[in-house]
Amino acid sequence: MSVTAVVTGMGVASPNGLGTKEFWSATLNGKSGLGRIQSFNPAPYPARLAGEILGFEARDHLPSRLIPQTDRMTRLALVATEWALADSGVNTADMIESDMGVTTASSSGGFEFGQNELRKLWSLGSEHVSAYQSFAWFYAVNSGQISIRHRMKGPSSVIVSDQAGGLDAIAQARRQIRKGVRLVVSGAVDASICPWGWVAQLAGGRLSTSEDPSTAYLPFDHRASGHVPGEGGAILVMEPAETARERGATIYGEIAGYASTFDPQPGSNREPGLRRAMLSALANAGMRAEDVGVVFADASAIPELDRSEAEAINAVFGRGGVPVTAPKTMTGRLYSGAAPLDIAAALLCLRDGVIPPTVNVAPDTDLGLDLLGPEARAASPRSAMVLARGHGGFNSAMVVRVPE
Amino acid sequence: MSNKEFTLTDLRRILREAAGEDESVDLDGDILDVEFEELGYESLALLEAGSRIEREFNIRLDDETLTESMTPGSLIKVINAQLAITS
Repeated sequence: MSVTAVVTGMGVASPNGLGTKEFWSATLNGKSGLGRIQSFNPAPYPARLAGEILGFEARDHLPSRLIPQTDRMTRLALVATEWALADSGVNTADMIESDMGVTTASSSGGFEFGQNELRKLWSLGSEHVSAYQSFAWFYAVNSGQISIRHRMKGPSSVIVSDQAGGLDAIAQARRQIRKGVRLVVSGAVDASICPWGWVAQLAGGRLSTSEDPSTAYLPFDHRASGHVPGEGGAILVMEPAETARERGATIYGEIAGYASTFDPQPGSNREPGLRRAMLSALANAGMRAEDVGVVFADASAIPELDRSEAEAINAVFGRGGVPVTAPKTMTGRLYSGAAPLDIAAALLCLRDGVIPPTVNVAPDTDLGLDLLGPEARAASPRSAMVLARGHGGFNSAMVVRVPE
Repeated sequence: MSNKEFTLTDLRRILREAAGEDESVDLDGDILDVEFEELGYESLALLEAGSRIEREFNIRLDDETLTESMTPGSLIKVINAQLAITS
């Protein structure tokens, strides 16, 4: 019998709420964080909307030593980590440093920091580039900074698989716990809403160019025309169930099952890998489809991807066989931060017996999904499945369930 | 060049700009002979501070100068010696 990995703490930084309480209350009320970009002038760009975290002053939360050496995504991740550890009630000072690890996901690294330093490089010269550029824009920097700040010297890493990475990191954290690590900080926070990050995202060809926040990101809707990017995510504290219980921790839920697959070569006409990931995640959890009470969709808002996701959900659960929701309609797609935020929402949904809404969407009934509307729905699921797909063929599915 | 002098006040300001300030340290206190490590600055922080000093005071510092200057006092001495040569 392998060790059960549970979530005992969470810290949320979301465009529609900074802090877990703020996020959850906004989400249940259908409050959106999408709007016209404020951190730079978006007028020259074809896409102008984003889910930004407004009112985050890093200096209010972090020591001044960390400010010159961190990108925005790292500052948000460090603050979310502090909240997650406080929420878990664990006293890391009492633990052995090598018993604690950090595994986060990242999709682009610290773009804003990199942009500023590269600008200095070509406009002023190499002597003007910050020494901290040597690591501040790396994919692994959030894991590294969290590890240094909290003296977590156990197995640590970063997973890079675009949006699927958020689940892949949590799965890697579970592996480490099964191997004997006593505590892992996991999840992900991404933030690259700066001109350089923006043109990189535009190049992907999947951004909505709508100017209206209420119609710009409409997954599973016949008007679907791409997504709105956002920034933020969630950090989770994970522990073995046994030691969490011993110390009397509040347990949000268990990471019960996970699987990831890769799509076949484009043009091969073979089925995409999402359905296989979902079935394998169920098998990994030792559960059947009917045990799952809600699915948090990837919700790409690219018509053919919405269709293939709906087909996979219908194949596993039956047409309309499970409530499906996409609270990311209120935050935008957060890349590696999206799935950890969905895991946080799924665990809160299990705790409170309420499924968060999907806003703005008029579901395409042809897709056959029981998609949540703009109102939260009372329900008492015992288990939830979160789906995440990454650009280039990554598919991941994770099952969380209420603690035994 | 002028006979510009590099002072402890300059160093404090540049350290703060370059790398911030450890909360458990009083940078305004008597720090001349306190080792940088004890002040909360690792080698990268000193490298960043060094490159700001070079730009502002128009001098060149060897990497060894920065890593071998253990205290604010010793660093200030080296920088002023450099300024004396270049002035």
